[in-house]
Amino acid sequence: MRIPCPYCGSRDLSEFAYHGDATPKRPDPSAENAPELFYEYVYLRENPAGPIRELWYHASGCRSWLIVTRDTRTHAIAGAVLAMETAS
Amino acid sequence: MFRSRNEGDERMTRFSLLALAKEALSGHRGWSPQWRDAKPQSAYDVVVIGGGGHGLATAYYLSRQYGITNVAVLEKGWIGNGNVGRNTTIVRSNYLLPGNIPLYELSMKLWEGLEQDFNYNAMVSQRGVLNLYHADPQRDAYARRGNAMRLHGVDAELLDRDGVRAIAPFLNFDDARFPIQGGLLQRRGGTVRHDAVAWGYARGASSRGVDIIQNCEVTGMEIMQGRITGVQTSLGSIRARKVAMAVAGSTSRVASMAGLRLPIESHVIQAFVSEGIKPLIPGVITFGAGHFYISQSDKGGLVFGGDIDGYNSYAQRGNLPVVEDVCEGGIALMPMIGRIRVLRNWGGLLDMSMDGSPIIDRTPVDGLYLNCGWCYGGFKATPASGLCFAHLIAQDAPHRAATAFRLDRFALGALIDEKGAGAQPNLH
Repeated sequence: MRIPCPYCGSRDLSEFAYHGDATPKRPDPSAENAPELFYEYVYLRENPAGPIRELWYHASGCRSWLIVTRDTRTHAIAGAVLAMETAS
Repeated sequence: MFRSRNEGDERMTRFSLLALAKEALSGHRGWSPQWRDAKPQSAYDVVVIGGGGHGLATAYYLSRQYGITNVAVLEKGWIGNGNVGRNTTIVRSNYLLPGNIPLYELSMKLWEGLEQDFNYNAMVSQRGVLNLYHADPQRDAYARRGNAMRLHGVDAELLDRDGVRAIAPFLNFDDARFPIQGGLLQRRGGTVRHDAVAWGYARGASSRGVDIIQNCEVTGMEIMQGRITGVQTSLGSIRARKVAMAVAGSTSRVASMAGLRLPIESHVIQAFVSEGIKPLIPGVITFGAGHFYISQSDKGGLVFGGDIDGYNSYAQRGNLPVVEDVCEGGIALMPMIGRIRVLRNWGGLLDMSMDGSPIIDRTPVDGLYLNCGWCYGGFKATPASGLCFAHLIAQDAPHRAATAFRLDRFALGALIDEKGAGAQPNLH
């Protein structure tokens, strides 16, 4: 598996560290149902069989956090963008 | 009431010395199939989804221990094709935490009597599991683990360097970075022939009337007013009073048909077999300074593995960085295997839970039961997982060895985290 880093180009999997599904967003701790929201955020996952948007860290490269779109059934990578460019 | 099903299959030959002698004299032409390849009926008391080790064991204990024989096991492929045939065949009960030890020790005890129990040769071989330590803090950690095991009545011995040398003199004791200082040994641990586990449980369940249905994929769940009433499959609808999921890496997919989101991620782990060599490795040996474990099969091949690949996957195959890492661990531990060729490697799909421990529990849907989260350690747990899951299904209450494996423990904070790694499945 090679990951197309926007800075470094196509690089080997071994240069990256994995942080999992990029979908869960940290909930508002002051929300009334914060414990429930945090339980879902920390523990529950869609775990899709198919395309997933996930966080990879280019630890042995430019040290950017990437959001990679990858198919979990084939490991085929559709693309990668810098996580900070997609942060709201 | 659903009608009660056939009481057993008289065609199946029971294995005994007499039967073997008779067949030997008649050219082995009298052996019958070991289990029935069944077609689905319209309704069952219990439908078990997943014809892997855990699903088949569940059906076996439902019929043998709890007298529930109107059972179907639905397998989307063929039995033994999933993780029960993809692991490195190691059995052990060297766990640390109170929630885990009773289950794995129950499993070890069941392994010890399994072949007599299901009248099938599973080649249970208690050749010992030796975990090496390479530094003082690691020795302390292993001493603590050994003490925890012994407090629960599990055998454990802390060996010094000479003790390890007596068992495995060929190891690289004086490696410059990771000298071997000793090891924690569980003599009752060892290996079991994994395919025979699937076949033995299938045979035992089938002979008691359980239908084992292959090439039957579950495509939907039928739920009415919060209660499961059946499943939709590639072979049509099947009604059921109770439905039990034991589908490992497919857990999230199957559970989503019932609207459940679970604390599970699917990952891939690889395993390896070398060409056959003369007997070399006496038991199971694990490297403590990396992640590498190895044993030798009766055919002579070295069977080994290491870390999971570490990213979500449904592909049943991994990537090269882990292959390299596993082989590096092996060479560090026993440099003389460097010229042995790897014959095969493959991947299996893991149901990695958020704390590294399993879930055996009811679900928010009445009559729907969940058995998952075995991570990369499900094979050794097969008998106890099946027995405890059968107990839960039959009696609607957890087995005493499985009270900690609740689905709500994540919300409650009652995690069972052997590694202390937190909610990051690829670190367990």
